[in-house]
Amino acid sequence: MGDGALVEMTPAEIRADLEAGTEAAAKRSKSPVLTDAELDHLSEIFCSNSRFTGVDIGDEVVLSFDGCGSQDLGTRVNDLQYYEQYLCADSLELYHHDYSYKPAKAVMPFEQVVMRQAQFVTTAPLGYGAMPDLGLYTVPDGPVPNWSQLLPLGRIDESRAAQEEAVELAVADIVFVTDEMVEAGIEFIDLDTAGAAGDADFLAALRAIERIRARHPDLGIQIGMAGEFVLGMHGELEYDGVRLAGLWPLDQARLAAKAGVTIFGPAINTNTGKSIAWNVARTLTIAKPCCEASTVPVHLNGGMGVGGVPMHVCPAGDATCRASRAAVEILRLDGL
Amino acid sequence: MEGAHTQASGMGGMRTAGDLVARMQMTRRMRLKEAKAYVAGKLGCTVRDLFDPTAMEEIRIAKGLGTLPFTSSVRPGDAGMIEAKFNISKTLDIPINCVERFKARVGLG
Repeated sequence: MGDGALVEMTPAEIRADLEAGTEAAAKRSKSPVLTDAELDHLSEIFCSNSRFTGVDIGDEVVLSFDGCGSQDLGTRVNDLQYYEQYLCADSLELYHHDYSYKPAKAVMPFEQVVMRQAQFVTTAPLGYGAMPDLGLYTVPDGPVPNWSQLLPLGRIDESRAAQEEAVELAVADIVFVTDEMVEAGIEFIDLDTAGAAGDADFLAALRAIERIRARHPDLGIQIGMAGEFVLGMHGELEYDGVRLAGLWPLDQARLAAKAGVTIFGPAINTNTGKSIAWNVARTLTIAKPCCEASTVPVHLNGGMGVGGVPMHVCPAGDATCRASRAAVEILRLDGL
Repeated sequence: MEGAHTQASGMGGMRTAGDLVARMQMTRRMRLKEAKAYVAGKLGCTVRDLFDPTAMEEIRIAKGLGTLPFTSSVRPGDAGMIEAKFNISKTLDIPINCVERFKARVGLG
């Protein structure tokens, strides 16, 4: 199940959930439902009694990992080495435990030292990642009026002005951190969980990417989305003439590519009350148009609570491998 | 969860050529098929070799691209860690930021 619970289902129940999942996604996102052949293939994956499954030999994809390591054992450099040597990660990402650009900025000299040390002892592409996290710029944590307090009071204009102010602050912080980390040797920057605070959050990410691309032409820039649908907390913000509120992955990817990303990561949220078969069918239906049309590599988010993976701190391997294989084989992904 | 993804669908990182293909996606926006073909061309091998740890160990050692230190690169003559990135930059014909900064700081740039 989407919450990680182990359930027993008949093949007919699994097929019914796959059909319901793709229909639910198509209804909301206006994407085409999965074909009968695709549903047949998913049924085969989910009806197997085997504990583990995987893609065909030769169909393997690149695995990028946001925020490598638990930071509970050894040092953060050890975390990166562990991901490189034991988990066979195709790229590595150093992160500050607050995982947001605003707090990371305050400790940047220390982060730079760790990055330089890590670059000496690793070989895989190594970058730095954090969230735009626009909420941190609001009172009581930041200088900007809190739109979550203003909106329920109907103070719409003040709420919008606050979000626009927060965008500028966030962009400045993201660009600052990137510049400092480029100095320390990063090979890519990751703006993760973009859009978590809505359309203004996504706008901050896009504007920051645009500036980073202009300043660092060869730097890898990865963006990972917060959810399948950009929430309209502001409602009127645009990038390149496109209204951000309500965008689905296909249009999110187009704008991210326009801004200058090299890898786009759609995030489709897991419904904890539905089966993994239902969630995977829903995920693939929403993500498929984006994967087909994208001009940059697509790495579907497949962590806890996204991409059909259960919303649990230790997602079951049998569920994760099925979600992983299904996504790669149906979407023809570039990575996860 | 990471282990499940790695075993189910991952290229294998430095066990194979996953890190090299990742570099082409990150620096040149190449989609997977193009990135695999590019790397295979630069290494002078087949695309199939890219996910074969046995074939890739030989290729990586021969070209100094680094291997996992608990296997063969414990030999002192083999390139590892940041040394391997110098060779990866040259082999794939892409700039690697930390390598360029290393060169500049030690007067090689």
